[in-house]
Amino acid sequence: MSVATSPSTIDVQRVREDFPILDRSVRGGGRLVYLDSAATTQKPLAVLDAERDYYLTSNAAVHRGAHQLAEEATEAFEGARSRIAEFVGAGPDEVVFTRNATESLNLMAYAFSNATAKAAHGAPLPSGAERFVLREGDEILVTEMEHHANLVPWQEVCAKTGAVLRWIPLTPEGRLDLSALDDLVTERTRVVSFTQQSNLLGTVNPVAPLVRAARAVGALVVLDACQSIPHMPTDVTALGVDAVAWSGHKMLGPTGIGCLWATPETLASMPPFITGGSMIETVTMEASTFAEPPKRFEAGVPMVAQAVGLAAACDYLDALGMENVAAHEASLTAYALDGLAGVAGVSIVGPADLVDRGSAISFTIAGVHPHDVGQVLDSSGIAVRVGHHCAWPGCRAMGVPATTRMSPYIYNDTRDIDDFIQALDRVRQVFGES
Amino acid sequence: MEDLYQEIILDHYRNPQGRGLREPFEAQVHHVNPTCGDEIDLRVHLEDDGGVTRVTDVSYAGQGCSISQASASVMYESLAGRTLDEALEALARFQEMVQSKGEVAGDEETMGDAVAFAGVAKYPARVKCALLPWMAWKDAVVQATDGGQAKGDSNG
Repeated sequence: MSVATSPSTIDVQRVREDFPILDRSVRGGGRLVYLDSAATTQKPLAVLDAERDYYLTSNAAVHRGAHQLAEEATEAFEGARSRIAEFVGAGPDEVVFTRNATESLNLMAYAFSNATAKAAHGAPLPSGAERFVLREGDEILVTEMEHHANLVPWQEVCAKTGAVLRWIPLTPEGRLDLSALDDLVTERTRVVSFTQQSNLLGTVNPVAPLVRAARAVGALVVLDACQSIPHMPTDVTALGVDAVAWSGHKMLGPTGIGCLWATPETLASMPPFITGGSMIETVTMEASTFAEPPKRFEAGVPMVAQAVGLAAACDYLDALGMENVAAHEASLTAYALDGLAGVAGVSIVGPADLVDRGSAISFTIAGVHPHDVGQVLDSSGIAVRVGHHCAWPGCRAMGVPATTRMSPYIYNDTRDIDDFIQALDRVRQVFGES
Repeated sequence: MEDLYQEIILDHYRNPQGRGLREPFEAQVHHVNPTCGDEIDLRVHLEDDGGVTRVTDVSYAGQGCSISQASASVMYESLAGRTLDEALEALARFQEMVQSKGEVAGDEETMGDAVAFAGVAKYPARVKCALLPWMAWKDAVVQATDGGQAKGDSNG
């Protein structure tokens, strides 16, 4: 889908009142301009209050204990699950809580390596698990723009099973080069795993053609939605994929919670990942059987307060309206791309127009290393991310060792972008030839 | 920020000393800063000089930020031509200073241009940048002396 540039309907001044951190000063009195929301967003008072209220009134270990607090905590936890599921158009039992999106993606990857290892020994597997059993020479398809979290786990699956990793290359503009898709998706392709929106390039990828290609050969489709769910309306069931991973802290929620949605058939056929308490059905000294999803994948005492906080974040975003969030970001993106075009030496790393692009903008400045760009911006109170953004192969494909990335969100306005563009002038003052 | 980007550092960044990989060498290492992707290839050439080991040459190539690149240039000036003992002392002084969180100012008399990196100590995220070439050198020396595994690769 392409982004529209209708005017923002978000009242940023009003929104900023909910984020007291934005009023603090940095580096000796400068105004904080937070443009690093693709790394993590700030948290509104409503999220902090929800967590605090939970601890103040209902804190207990969930799913056990015969007391009122345990009941209330369980209700808060499962209520949060329902709310978060609703936010992405899913049923409550289809959402698994993890520590973060990295763990969600590992959970999918380990379903394959664990099923393969168990099948080799004839160990019991859930019905339908043959979908996850890999053979030497089976193929896993990713893209060259993946975050390490959606690359390294699949490399590990290959190392453990003898499967072969293949990837979709990038165009010079930082989009997926789908020209050879028919050769890359083969009868041996068992998984296609890709990002919906690149954290490095801002590119929004076309989900439908990849799903079509995967379906044609019966491959399972995993979507990394870390950079999309916080920024656009999402109905996971309408995407046609089997599993979607995302994180809480990039959508106003607390750290320490990630989510994995998968179709009920997918979850039911997956062997467990982390094992221990809470995820079992029966345990004897010889062996154990496992609970139904989502509990099968949630060993140990879970992150209850974080779930409650993330549910409050969903309330906050829905009150703004995700259509409005997307429109607001699109207008800021257009404004920032415009501003950057006027700064000498700047090259955008990723799509330079608004077609199928999100609000994270990576760029380089000729002759100045991104670390130095970020440092000079920091001295003006501008918080951006520098480096390879955990997408090192993507950087190499784009021919850069690293980039500077600015990523606005609902609490940023054009004044923030103006300050950012103005601070870029200082970079050349410091690093220009003397 | 002026603490960090002192003129001496920017000068070394613009006009790096000793840059380029040279022969001969006893050990070569490749070090990276995995958080930002900065990389350095470094070779060390040690010679026996009347019973004393001397760092005859340190040569390097790589890419990275101004701090890591200037630090490599200053490292070359600080170490090349010194006895190994003197060079190890220079490394210890540099490391102590940049890891001191600003407590150790450094002594210009003994450290030369390296003292300009005192400001880096106040920016925790940049300490690794400044240390990258020095740690590569240390690793190369270990490999050239007791490792016996000359020309091996190592990631720091």
